[in-house]
Amino acid sequence: MTEYAFRAEGLVKRFGKTTALAGVDLAARPGSVLGVLGPNGAGKTTAVRILATLARPDGGTASVGGFDVVRQAARVRRLIGLTGQQSMVDDELSGRANLVLIGQLLDLRRTEAAARAGELLERFELTEAANRPVATYSGGMRRHLDLAACLVGRPRVVFLDEPSVGLDPGKREELWRMVRELTAEGTTVLLTTQYLEEADALADDIAVIDHGRVIAEGTPAELKRVVGGQAVSLRTTDPERSQAAAAVMERVAGRAPERTRQTLSVPVESDTAAWEMAAGLRERGISVTEFSLHLPGLDEVFFALTGTGRTSATPSAPVGTGTSPTNGTDPSPPVGPAPSDAGKETSA
Amino acid sequence: MSAPTVDTAGTTAPRRPAPLLRHSLVLARRSLAKSLRNPGSLVNGVMTPALFMVLFVYLFGGSVSGSTDAYLQYLFPGVLVMGAGIAGMLSSGLTINIDMKKGVYDRFRSLPIGRSAPLLGSVLADLVRYLITVLILFAIGFLMGFRVGTDPASAVAASALAIGFGFALSWVMVFLGVLLRDESAVMAITFVSILPLLLGTSMAAPVDTLPGWLRAWAGINPVTHTMDAARALLTGTPAGDSVTLTLVWSAALVAVFAPLSVWAFNRER
Repeated sequence: MTEYAFRAEGLVKRFGKTTALAGVDLAARPGSVLGVLGPNGAGKTTAVRILATLARPDGGTASVGGFDVVRQAARVRRLIGLTGQQSMVDDELSGRANLVLIGQLLDLRRTEAAARAGELLERFELTEAANRPVATYSGGMRRHLDLAACLVGRPRVVFLDEPSVGLDPGKREELWRMVRELTAEGTTVLLTTQYLEEADALADDIAVIDHGRVIAEGTPAELKRVVGGQAVSLRTTDPERSQAAAAVMERVAGRAPERTRQTLSVPVESDTAAWEMAAGLRERGISVTEFSLHLPGLDEVFFALTGTGRTSATPSAPVGTGTSPTNGTDPSPPVGPAPSDAGKETSA
Repeated sequence: MSAPTVDTAGTTAPRRPAPLLRHSLVLARRSLAKSLRNPGSLVNGVMTPALFMVLFVYLFGGSVSGSTDAYLQYLFPGVLVMGAGIAGMLSSGLTINIDMKKGVYDRFRSLPIGRSAPLLGSVLADLVRYLITVLILFAIGFLMGFRVGTDPASAVAASALAIGFGFALSWVMVFLGVLLRDESAVMAITFVSILPLLLGTSMAAPVDTLPGWLRAWAGINPVTHTMDAARALLTGTPAGDSVTLTLVWSAALVAVFAPLSVWAFNRER
């Protein structure tokens, strides 16, 4: 019965002539993190809004904790916490007042609500700013408060709709830490994101969604196997040596790197490939200005999954270069290096 | 929070009685707290009728009633109703329209509270605003020389009628505020209707002194009944059926527009 913390089957949602969801299946076991990966307009937010009882599906069913989101919406609302892309706190009230208000609406007594608010302000490092109007908060503080607000009722299932949008890399890692804390406590999390990297860092399972359909799903490892896992990108200091570097990359990776302007990129099977390439470059005395090991960007994931757009879908921008050799229509790749793997730079 | 299977109920507190009322009151307090931080519309709601009162009394009082004092006795009850009416028209409808587009309403809708609690909370908070408006107008009127010609109980009844009517009128605006997406449309309707509704009445001069077309309008305008009723209760002029008509109109407005507003509010957006 409660095999799933939440489950959606065949969700369909139309807005006028637009079909936002064309039959989406999503599910998560209790205590797990489901990452829903997709570009803007893929239907991520619509799916979250249906699961969070804010929108009704035109077709299909969804349940949270075994309760139907349409027929038993009130029961579902007792189990969930929601943080949307848009800030969901009241700008004119203080951070503390916001949390106390939600506590009271969740039937906590005033003193209990105040205690819970204090606890969450502490946890999200907002104690100092607690009594200031939210309008004076920075983007990061506001995100923290949003997250705190959705946790007031100790929800069993938390929906985070693109929680890292607008956060700088440092703040993003803080957010990731908080999400991991949540799951450590047994909370089930649905997280939408445009970054494979983020889904990889947090999710137990990933569903890739596009044009209102799930086009791939699996564990991060399974997905990476399909989309080619990590890639090495590099740029030689001397453009003349680029050919030689390409040869090194090809020898290690077993396939020729793709070239975008000055940058060479090639998918690799394992971390060790990057070290082998670095060693090969050093042997030949090729110095590089950039060298990174990173996960594919969203456009590459889509390229690998749908097989379309071969000419335009180039290996992702070597992160942190400021150049964007991708086709420019897709959401940009994550800002900053992939935290787990990047920065393995060398200057042989 | 030890094991996921144990941490079931979501919220920890036991459910308490009368949830809709309690949640609405919590949200009413939120609305009032905001209004204290940002008292602009409250000030507007009091200043407009107060300005009318000062202008009318000192500009026309002498010629209309022979003396400013005598005219104030006639004018004040109408101004009181106007104050409650303006407060009703300016507050909830527009506030809700603006508020609803903010993310915080999505959060309310994801909480286990009655769907209409935010709406009711806002309207309940307005009752306090009307009370403040009426009290301030009484204070200004007193300073200008208005004296209740009947008894305190009648004065309280007149205030209650004015507030009740303002409350009823606010539901019309709440309905429009919830129904229409565009806040400038709500604002436009408010301002276009304020003039005929509140000034096309017996406020400034008895209805039978008005030109025919205006007399016809003022005669059917429910605000006129409320003003006549307030005047009767405050100064002892004959009430006729004005009190009954006010009560009937107020009840009818609430009966029609409150359910419509709740319906429009609960629609999916």
